[in-house]
Amino acid sequence: MPAPQEPILEFKEVSLKFGDTWALRNVSLRLSPGETRIVFGAAGAGKTTLLKAVIGLVDADQGSIRLFGRDVTSSKETDLFALRRQAGVLFQEGGLFDSLSVGENVEYPLMTQTNKGAGVLAAVNTENRVRDALRFVELEQTFDKFPSEISGGMRRRVGIARAIVTEPPLVLYDSPTAGLDPITANTIMALLAKERDVRNSASLIVTHRYQDGEIMSDFRYDQEHEDLVRLNDGADAAKRARTKFIVMKEGEVVFFGTKQELEACGDEYVKKFVRHEG
Amino acid sequence: MLASSNESEAIPGGFCLLDFLKTLLSSFQDFLFLAGRSFRNIFRSPHYYDDVFLQMEIIGVGSLPIVILIGAFSGAIIALQMARALNTYGAGSQVGTIVSLTLVRELGPVLSAVMVAGRNASGIASELGSMKVTEQIDAMRALGTDPVQKLVTPRLIATTLMLPCLTAIADAIGLIGAYLIAVPLLRIISGAQYWSTSWRALVINDIAQGLLKPVVFGMIISLVGCFYGLRTTGGTQGVGRAVTEAVVSAMVWIFVVTLLIDKVFVGL
Repeated sequence: MPAPQEPILEFKEVSLKFGDTWALRNVSLRLSPGETRIVFGAAGAGKTTLLKAVIGLVDADQGSIRLFGRDVTSSKETDLFALRRQAGVLFQEGGLFDSLSVGENVEYPLMTQTNKGAGVLAAVNTENRVRDALRFVELEQTFDKFPSEISGGMRRRVGIARAIVTEPPLVLYDSPTAGLDPITANTIMALLAKERDVRNSASLIVTHRYQDGEIMSDFRYDQEHEDLVRLNDGADAAKRARTKFIVMKEGEVVFFGTKQELEACGDEYVKKFVRHEG
Repeated sequence: MLASSNESEAIPGGFCLLDFLKTLLSSFQDFLFLAGRSFRNIFRSPHYYDDVFLQMEIIGVGSLPIVILIGAFSGAIIALQMARALNTYGAGSQVGTIVSLTLVRELGPVLSAVMVAGRNASGIASELGSMKVTEQIDAMRALGTDPVQKLVTPRLIATTLMLPCLTAIADAIGLIGAYLIAVPLLRIISGAQYWSTSWRALVINDIAQGLLKPVVFGMIISLVGCFYGLRTTGGTQGVGRAVTEAVVSAMVWIFVVTLLIDKVFVGL
């Protein structure tokens, strides 16, 4: 585990091309424990590629990516499996295994981490952790169902349960609210804020919805009342500053800053991702 | 130099052919890498025994009815055709020898492999292709599991073990099918004589190539199915394309490899 001040994730001048098209171009970023980065951008701007590059699902052509202190760019695929187990990932479509039940899907990361034949106690412990993760996303009742038997929003929440069941220090979310109704979308974002604040995990969130960023930036999870509480502008400034926004265009980072800086930005492209009230 | 360069630029077809060959070589290289990793994983942990047994059931037990059916009919057809031809030369009693050699050397392994390729190369390509387009393969990699270890190696082991068994069953059923035509129906040979000539016709060379072929075919079918499944792109349409390519490639390779193995064994 890295020291508190040491970044969990660090991109240095990372570039990646698909054919003749830049998917990432000189991208640099740092992410420390408890911090959140919200990534905006038009379709094809490189948001999902950025997320995949973090855990080496796509290989960078230039630059370096360090995850938990290890260089992802110079590691072989077989050496990356152990590193990837330390990060939780939510895929755009959930990425659930359709041949496994919801319970087995959430159990999967635990089974890759522990010895299968570790006895009855380990099995009971594993099931308890799976049920805890499903309870966290309020879906314990779906334990025995298959992904095809639940709704799109539920699948996304099961995906979150699977991403966080190992309590990873870094969670990557790819469009957690895409295609969902506002109520379900807000429920999911509340879960993401809860995960960040309860476990002090770092999050990298790719999204199209400005409200998703607002929730992560302006709210904190109150464990006592089990609800989101709006942060004060003055006293909670440091907590607000933990959430920063990235806007991507054709593989490049064209904006990086806080919510206030984002709202004040005059760039026409960046302004498209900000909801202006009034 | 300049002139030839300009000339080749003027023939876009030349570049297309070069690109096509490059793509073909690159694909073959990728296939060899996948095959290499799959074989290496047989000796590496973790071992997914549950998946191996599940695939053995799907590929082996699942293919049994169609292999029995094809074996019986192919044996009967050979007996029917050969009986007529052999009778012309007064050699009807050799029908058991002909059926036995044809089935064990060629038709048993090839027909079983073609059936299993149609049934399982397509099944493997569609299953893995669907997993690829729905991000399940990426999810597997992200969760720290090697998809080659979890998906390809169990299918490779299962198909390579089950195809020789299926072939042996197809051969046996084929001989019974031929017996039913030659003995009770056409009455050109007695039962005892049929089984005796069938058995005596076979030498170790025939049994060896009859068992070696399905082992190689099993590797081809599973690896080709997995290869096309794992490189699927373009949604459900891409899955359909992967299935077609997998079945066609597997069948072409089965016949190419049959020729190569025959060449080796004929020379022995």
